[in-house]
Amino acid sequence: MPRNKDLTKILLIGSGPIVIGQGCEFDYSGVQACKALREEGYRVILVNSNPATIMTDPEFADRTYIEPITPEVIEAIIDREKPDAILPTMGGQTALNAAMELYRNGALARHKVKLIGANAKAIAKGEDRQLFKEAMLRIGLDVPRSGIAHSVADAHKISKEIGSFPLIIRPAFTLGGSGGGIAYNPDDLSEIAGRGLAMSPVNEVLIEESLVGWKEFEMEVMRDRMDNCVVVCSIENFDPMGVHTGDSITVAPVQTLTDKEYQMMRDASFAVIREIGVETGGSNIQFAVHPDTGRMVVIEMNPRVSRSSALASKATGFPIAKIAAKLAVGYTLDEIKNDITRETPACFEPTIDYCVVKVPRFTFEKFPQADQTLTTQMKSVGEAMAIGRTFKEALQKALRSLEIKRFGLIGDGADKEVDLETLRLKLAIPNAERVFYIGQAFAKGASIEEVFELTKIDKWFLRNIQQIVQESKNLGRAPVSGDRKSGFQHPGGDATRTQLLHAKKLGFSDRQLAMADGADEIQVRAKRIAENVTPTYRLVDTCAAEFEAYTPYYYSTYGDENERRESGKPKVMILGGGPNRIGQGIEFDYCCVHAAFALRELGFETIMVNSNPETVSTDYDTSDKLYFEPLTLEDVLNIYEQEKPDGVVVQFGGQTPLNLANGLKAAGVPIFGTQPESIETAEDRKLFAAMLDKLGLRQTPSGSAVSTDEAVGIANKIGYPVLVRPSFVLGGRAMELVYNEPDLRRYMANAIEVTPDRPVLVDRFLEDAVEVDVDCISDGETTVIGAIMEHIEEAGIHSGDSACVIPTFSLSQGVLDEISSATKAMARELNVRGLMNVQFAVKGDDVYVLEVNPRASRTVPFVSKAIGVPLAKLAAKVMAGKKLRELGFTSEIVPKHFSVKEAVFPFLRYQGTDISLGPEMKSTGEVMGMDVDLGLAFAKSQMAAPPPLPKKGNLFISVKDTDKESIIPLAREFLKLGFGIIATSGTADALAAAKIKVKKVFKLHEGRPNVLDRVKNGDINFIINTPSGKIPREHEVMIRNAALAAKIPIMTTVRAAQASANGIRSLQKAKLQVKSLQEYHHE
Amino acid sequence: MRALLALEDGKFFEGESFGAAGTRVGEICFNTAMTGYQEVLTDPSYRGQIVTMTYPLIGNYGINSLDQESHEPHVRGFVIEELSEAPSNWRSEMSLDDYLKKYDIPGIQGIDTRALTRHLRTRGAMKACLTTEQMSIAQAVQRAAEGEGVIGMDYVKEVSTPKIYQWDPEDKLSRPWSIQNGNGDNKPKLPPIRFRVVAYDYGIKQNILRLLRQKGFGVTVVPASTTAEQALAQNPDGIFLSNGPGDPAALPYAHQTLRDLMGKKPIFGICLGHQILAFAFGGSTFKLKFGHRGANQPVKDLKSGKVAITAQNHGFAVDPQSLPTNVEVSHINLNDNTVEGMRHKELPIFSVQYHPEAAPGPHDASYFFSQFAELIEKKG
Repeated sequence: MPRNKDLTKILLIGSGPIVIGQGCEFDYSGVQACKALREEGYRVILVNSNPATIMTDPEFADRTYIEPITPEVIEAIIDREKPDAILPTMGGQTALNAAMELYRNGALARHKVKLIGANAKAIAKGEDRQLFKEAMLRIGLDVPRSGIAHSVADAHKISKEIGSFPLIIRPAFTLGGSGGGIAYNPDDLSEIAGRGLAMSPVNEVLIEESLVGWKEFEMEVMRDRMDNCVVVCSIENFDPMGVHTGDSITVAPVQTLTDKEYQMMRDASFAVIREIGVETGGSNIQFAVHPDTGRMVVIEMNPRVSRSSALASKATGFPIAKIAAKLAVGYTLDEIKNDITRETPACFEPTIDYCVVKVPRFTFEKFPQADQTLTTQMKSVGEAMAIGRTFKEALQKALRSLEIKRFGLIGDGADKEVDLETLRLKLAIPNAERVFYIGQAFAKGASIEEVFELTKIDKWFLRNIQQIVQESKNLGRAPVSGDRKSGFQHPGGDATRTQLLHAKKLGFSDRQLAMADGADEIQVRAKRIAENVTPTYRLVDTCAAEFEAYTPYYYSTYGDENERRESGKPKVMILGGGPNRIGQGIEFDYCCVHAAFALRELGFETIMVNSNPETVSTDYDTSDKLYFEPLTLEDVLNIYEQEKPDGVVVQFGGQTPLNLANGLKAAGVPIFGTQPESIETAEDRKLFAAMLDKLGLRQTPSGSAVSTDEAVGIANKIGYPVLVRPSFVLGGRAMELVYNEPDLRRYMANAIEVTPDRPVLVDRFLEDAVEVDVDCISDGETTVIGAIMEHIEEAGIHSGDSACVIPTFSLSQGVLDEISSATKAMARELNVRGLMNVQFAVKGDDVYVLEVNPRASRTVPFVSKAIGVPLAKLAAKVMAGKKLRELGFTSEIVPKHFSVKEAVFPFLRYQGTDISLGPEMKSTGEVMGMDVDLGLAFAKSQMAAPPPLPKKGNLFISVKDTDKESIIPLAREFLKLGFGIIATSGTADALAAAKIKVKKVFKLHEGRPNVLDRVKNGDINFIINTPSGKIPREHEVMIRNAALAAKIPIMTTVRAAQASANGIRSLQKAKLQVKSLQEYHHE
Repeated sequence: MRALLALEDGKFFEGESFGAAGTRVGEICFNTAMTGYQEVLTDPSYRGQIVTMTYPLIGNYGINSLDQESHEPHVRGFVIEELSEAPSNWRSEMSLDDYLKKYDIPGIQGIDTRALTRHLRTRGAMKACLTTEQMSIAQAVQRAAEGEGVIGMDYVKEVSTPKIYQWDPEDKLSRPWSIQNGNGDNKPKLPPIRFRVVAYDYGIKQNILRLLRQKGFGVTVVPASTTAEQALAQNPDGIFLSNGPGDPAALPYAHQTLRDLMGKKPIFGICLGHQILAFAFGGSTFKLKFGHRGANQPVKDLKSGKVAITAQNHGFAVDPQSLPTNVEVSHINLNDNTVEGMRHKELPIFSVQYHPEAAPGPHDASYFFSQFAELIEKKG
């Protein structure tokens, strides 16, 4: 037997919250690993702080710990569970780092736990730059040339050895690498090296050859204990070196290497994985190749599954994480069957007969102050992948998958007009929209040479883009629908068909064709179908059709044969959420996966449609059929017409599928669950207000304005502060809290797109109100509350950014009853079949309805884990016609333990942005802290979303005037907890007046050492800083950013500070205990 | 210009012509390698065949003079989904289109090559006609049906060298080339020649010759019709049997030569050479439904248990039941368990069905050339 019998219990470490650089790909890998290990009969212990993951569903592991991923916590789990081994390669950098900490602090040795997959030595060698470089040179591979200089003369000597400019200069031990730069000539070198040497405390700079503009490649490699090695997928980056691979458009397989070059890269990859010593599992190895000489250098390797390996799995159909888990417990590649072909072993290299394009998704609109230039530090928050028979088709499909209102590369009605100068800059400086600007450049007649000079993007890619642009121009000259009166009349139907088919093969959307025609999308669609130009669906089969494939994983293309199969079962189609972005993340994928599981249980054939390669929903194992396709009306209707499912689920995938609901309904598609009209009622201000009036529910006074004066009039009537926002947006985009008329006038002046059908909404803002979220399920007869969640932050902070607690801790029974009955009344009125989320504000004893969303909400996974009931699954069954009574869920569960959800923010990635919270959502992910003690549950949530709460030290307080009163009792509490209190003059005086012992510290302009110095010196361990307004004072932002950089916890609301005090008190009193989900819900 | 691909069973594909104009008939087969179209085109084993690549984007990196596997392309016709208009690679010297024009080979693009591949997979290998001429579909199907196939065909005589020659006597063609250091002159030096071998050219790929030289062999390449006596007159340390096209059963003269050589010198055979050896042992081959052609075929070494990912190009396989008891199967294909290697239990003879020389394909199996050297050393 190949399986390792020395092991019985394996601890798997997850990757924690979704952050930039660690998305839901590690839920996908973790789920695969859990399934693979349990299939082999191992007991799986899981730790992950992220409740929105499928892997933390209690049925995926024997013990599921939703606990912070810290060495202390993991050791506590090891102590309780006594696992034989830890598999650290499935949870990204977080898991690797945690495992290394446990190795270094001796915990692994103490508890006799071994690492499987990759050992500590291999991890260290793969991760440490110097060790890695030495290892590469040892096996005869090339690395970027470099040397260490202690003088300018040294620097020039090294420069001569390297032999070419530009050179990167990195001073040693300066904060964030400051003082470095790029030298393009010897004069630059003298200047930058001189400056760097001066700034470096050890008078040392690293001179390294620059690889900017080189071609970049990635290899996804697997190895087993018999030393069998395979390449699962090769990837070529569209954006050359200089842009992080996570921010690059990437293409699989490699396009511009000959077989000789490719095979050498393959040999080098195996040499790397062997030298680093990854015994079993997958690794990602990155290479740079000089475009003129072909010189190949190794950049880095990741001794674990990664974002790229998730992409490679989806691109080829080869489940890297699953296989890696099996290899870790002793199997060899030839002992594992390929799921897709069934007959052939996993010990082979997938060969594909299509082209895969991944495009990153950015959300710079949320962080306007952030530098939007793409660099070697990753900034994207998600990605979309598309498959086509050609690069052109795949690229255009990927671009329309992005959910940025683009429907192709060019000519989709969203092209930006820019002058040549701007265009040149947009090509030369990498940015999120560069690919569109390249299209623009070709449209304006730029040559491939010119675009290459500016971008260094390989000419093969550029030529393909130029072909798309050319076709777009042809479309404009000869419209395909052929019936436009003023336009060119096509001679015959056949020519139209040929041209349509040609455009479709290049990936053009109906929207693009419609724009070229001056027709509308629906007309083009009708014409296209009449001409019999419809997509065919192909299998992703790992083998380029050499063998029969059994796994129904499809993509569309315009070819001769349709490979779609019919099962004869009743069918349901589930629309996924598309690329991750802020406001639309893993939570919705979680819900879609649950829908697939639940509906399969009911005997449906489940059909998943999604374009996000990171997710569990796009695992071919999750549903009965997977369509890896853009979530546009055209693409979804195409699949609908093929499959004719009995129903389509649109309410689980977040805003993306909801936006399609009306179009689908209009096309006669049966929508499962709550109907689009109800969604309309909830989203339309007037209809919604009328409904609340009818039900006698309280709402905040509000109005909608199409002009500045109208807005001011409304605000005067309802009173300041007011919350203003454009209608129809998700995630609180462009929402602002306004305290006075001048600010309101400024907002209106800057407001985007104010038209009579798109007014600005003005709401009375309830200050110091408690915000409450409710998730419920309704089957039309019964409505059951999933949970009532009390926010830590006061109303006005976006609910996705607030910490919240189940069960509520400060609300009276009367208020809870009112919330409950209001929720039920609304569910009935909206005729909800499935999930509904309501947000309330509670001021005193008054309950106000803020908004209602008759769909799955971001909090569904959190609630499900807190109460131990899979809400999304139940909701899916209800949508298919089951009653809650039949499903056994008829009354609200109020757990005895506390569950705290905390948001996680990307501020460190976006230098220069302010960390204060508001109505616009900014968080990328969430964590959950659980404990029977509320304080500890909160403390755990902070530990899971670092920095953790301190147990002692100095507290710096700086609050806005309106908070100066409420801060006094809190300051007393901190004193009692043993904290020293530091404040600047205003707050200090207020505290001193209340006879609180406080140390005064200089404001920034008052002298030194000032508060910023104290923060940087580590004299301050905790900060309470409530922002003084929408436009914060400069020094506030500096203090907050310094705290962020120094990893000092900072609370920006009084309620969060209060929760922190409680948490610290609990931490001081009790030792941290861990407990699994299974235990919580069996008591 | 329109081009038509018609199969003998009536299936046809209309596309766009590239490369040369004209009409060609031959067995059609598919290759699943994603890179290496130039090596495929110039591999003599494809003599007589029309080849389709399952990877849809072909021509991306053009053609260069270093990646030739013989002095000219051998395929009868080339079938792809999309021809790259602008090759991009620092070594590219010519576009694929121009290259096929130069050697008068017609190509067809813009057809659904996956549909074609699925057809061949389910119906099996068959003959096809590729034409750019004015011809009805029925006529083209007729031409395909009437054409010569592979069964019973001796294509070896078309590709074998007409006369004996020394491979690379000046050590100019064999030095390993590396992208690590770019195209510079810093290629590693070749080792001194330790052994002399006679290589039977049934359609030999140049990379075999390069690798033999890199492992310290001096190689005398001889025509396929060379008798055992003539070969032994060269006084070689060993005999090498190359790859090649066509039906191994159709080469009785080669079978006889090998029977005469067995036991006299260590022998190593690749691909067609391996199949000819099977006949010399008294065994036989059978035609595979659609062959193995690609760069991702898993082969297990039954002795070590290790798996190599290999390059393959064969339409026939050795029937293991037909082999005498003193010959053992040493390697099998993990996809279909067919024979991928044999070893004589008593004599210094071994062979592999696949391509340890790769080109195109992975280098996992290149150790066979060293094994050959060890075998000779042991016997010498």
